[in-house]
Amino acid sequence: MTETEHALSNETVTGIPNGKLGIWVFLASEVMLFGGFISSYVVLRTGSDFFPIPARELLGVPLATLNTFVLITSSVTMVLALDAIQKGNRKGLIQFLTWTIFLGFCFLAIKSYEYPHKWSEGITISSSLFGSFYFTLTGLHGLHVIGGIAFNLYILIQAIKGRYSADHCDRVEYAGLYWHFVDLVWVILFPIFYLL
Amino acid sequence: MEPNNHSENFAQKWVFSKDHKVIGLQYMFTSFSFLLFGFSLVLLMRWQLAYPGNPIPWIGSFLPKSIAVGGIMHPAAYNSLGAMHGTIMIFLGIVPLGVGAFGNYFLPLQIGARDMAFPTLNMFSYWVYFLGGLLMFFSFFLPGGAAQSGWTSYVPLSIISPGQTVWLIAMTFLITSSLLGSINFIVTTVNLRAPGLTWSRLPLFVWAQFITALLLLFAFPVLQAGAVLQLLDRIAGTSFYIPTGLIVGGAPLDRSGGGSALLWQHLFWFLAHPEVYVLLLPAMGIVSEILANGTRKPIFGYKEIAGSFCFIGILSFMVWAHHMFVSGMKTSLSYLFMTTTMIISVPSVAILTCFLLSLKGASIRFTLPMLFALTFLPMFGIGGLTGLPLGFTPTDVYLHDTYYVIGHFHYVVVTGSMIALMGGIYYWFPKMFGRKMNEFWGKVHFWGTILTMNGIFFPMFIQGLSGVQRRLYDPTVQSHNLAVQPTNVFMSYCALGLLIFQIPFIVNFFRSIFKGEKTEENPWHATTLEWACPSPPLPHKNFESAPTVYRGPYEYSVPGHSTDYIPQNVP
Repeated sequence: MTETEHALSNETVTGIPNGKLGIWVFLASEVMLFGGFISSYVVLRTGSDFFPIPARELLGVPLATLNTFVLITSSVTMVLALDAIQKGNRKGLIQFLTWTIFLGFCFLAIKSYEYPHKWSEGITISSSLFGSFYFTLTGLHGLHVIGGIAFNLYILIQAIKGRYSADHCDRVEYAGLYWHFVDLVWVILFPIFYLL
Repeated sequence: MEPNNHSENFAQKWVFSKDHKVIGLQYMFTSFSFLLFGFSLVLLMRWQLAYPGNPIPWIGSFLPKSIAVGGIMHPAAYNSLGAMHGTIMIFLGIVPLGVGAFGNYFLPLQIGARDMAFPTLNMFSYWVYFLGGLLMFFSFFLPGGAAQSGWTSYVPLSIISPGQTVWLIAMTFLITSSLLGSINFIVTTVNLRAPGLTWSRLPLFVWAQFITALLLLFAFPVLQAGAVLQLLDRIAGTSFYIPTGLIVGGAPLDRSGGGSALLWQHLFWFLAHPEVYVLLLPAMGIVSEILANGTRKPIFGYKEIAGSFCFIGILSFMVWAHHMFVSGMKTSLSYLFMTTTMIISVPSVAILTCFLLSLKGASIRFTLPMLFALTFLPMFGIGGLTGLPLGFTPTDVYLHDTYYVIGHFHYVVVTGSMIALMGGIYYWFPKMFGRKMNEFWGKVHFWGTILTMNGIFFPMFIQGLSGVQRRLYDPTVQSHNLAVQPTNVFMSYCALGLLIFQIPFIVNFFRSIFKGEKTEENPWHATTLEWACPSPPLPHKNFESAPTVYRGPYEYSVPGHSTDYIPQNVP
């Protein structure tokens, strides 16, 4: 039956592969999901009668800035990975993909240092609305990072097995699209929680 | 005959199938079961409304103690039944029937595709829905019982009442399922159309399903966000929806506060108004197909109808707060949403007008599906027009939360959508099973259903106008309700009648699968592509050879042609 799927994906009306269109449509719904959360945050932060905002020193802005840098770098290595395989460079794909996954883990490691630090400062999910939104949104984003790492790991294993070539690397692109989206979400979360 | 099918065992063919037709049938049978279950919940409620405080005869002795003691319904159980009736009928009954069953089965056929774009995802979509449904069903038997805060789950009641956690988790399953489904529908429609099938040649049913998929895609994630926040309010001690200083049971709630109860209403209705069109659009698509076929004429205003579908799709995201006029929302916002609500009635009326004008000058064939499609027009008309007073703030302030709202909603969704979906079953039954349903018993089902449905829902307008509130466990406790209390008895007997008139349908349906009169490929002499493949269509392949499209979807009675219809795939 994978043959059916395969046969179907080769003959589309628009010329866009089904998988690519599918991942874009999926990302559209993800935008609505995060949009729902972020607009709730904006509405309550601007409209609530009780929304204490912790002092910026407690939030650990430098560490979060470092984390933003880590994630943006991982997006760059993802682009380089796709570029490598599109030029037929399988070794480059494996190399850059490994970097992307490594940086993803770095992001999670820094986050797992940040969380207990925040708890010791008295910022928890139930302490106040700020903490609730902070842990809900960064937690949800963290789950997306884990999902992205899993997707990338799957691509890496396939790449090591030699599945991809210059004209057969659609899935590398899909993983990249998802990874960039996860990155983009963080680029929005970082200023609205740490800087504003 | 089935070359690529020989290696499949029973489970692969009928249980974990990736064939869109089998998945469509799975959706159909599952949603039938939930519709029957959801309907039987309301029958128990109707007994309580007709004879408040009296033991439910016969059935009452079989009910668990958590629902009825000595046959007398418990007030909390009444709330549960109401909440679960709404949830089950909408999310587990009508949407899975209109989108999951009909969409899955006929969208690929009507566009000449061999299957959905992602067959495996399609299978997951069904099973995630099935698990969500089971969870909803078994929540009745879990400690704390089923959700009891209404299908709208308004906060803060839903945060403090038992049973809601399971509801939220089950909804997450259903949202995931509809997300997977809508991705599949969108990609399939965009990418897998047969050669020659341009957007302006798409059958209106496909247009309706496509717009529906977009609505599900964009609206449901927002409810998911709202549901996550509500779940955290319940289990993690957050206060997204809990205002400062909320008193529960005489004591202040131990939370940080600062949340907003209105936020939930906004997030909920941002989904739930598009959801109304998710219930309605597939039905309108089905009515378009049946009307063109039964009138033997091209549908009047094809482009207007397709355009109206799109316009409704966009505008349905801008009307949600008309459900919240009495919530204390700003007056300026009320004006805005009142205006958008009036605007969205324009495309709906345009569609209805096109349907009516399609009948003009036609020699109508009063086939069974056509009876249902014709009935949709006035019934949906009543449902739509009674909605206008609810969209105007001056009248809505009086009518809000009365039975008038319930009447309006049920006219749209039951006598509107459900009737059209029943018509769809009679229309496409020959395609799905290669046999016809019995005409006589079909007519018994039709007349019985129409009469009893109106008997249930029309008195709701009268009750609502006399001020009877919805969600009342015992209407007789308010003296102004006593004048219309006899209507409750009438409505309850009509509801029982509606149940009885479904028996001929159920028997007819299952008997016809095995013993119905055999039919040819195209018994209705229809034009769209699903009639160009064998009945039932070939597993995993549908068509003997891939079809090519040469003309629009409704070329009926073309002057000078030997037959009164030209199928789309005829050069």
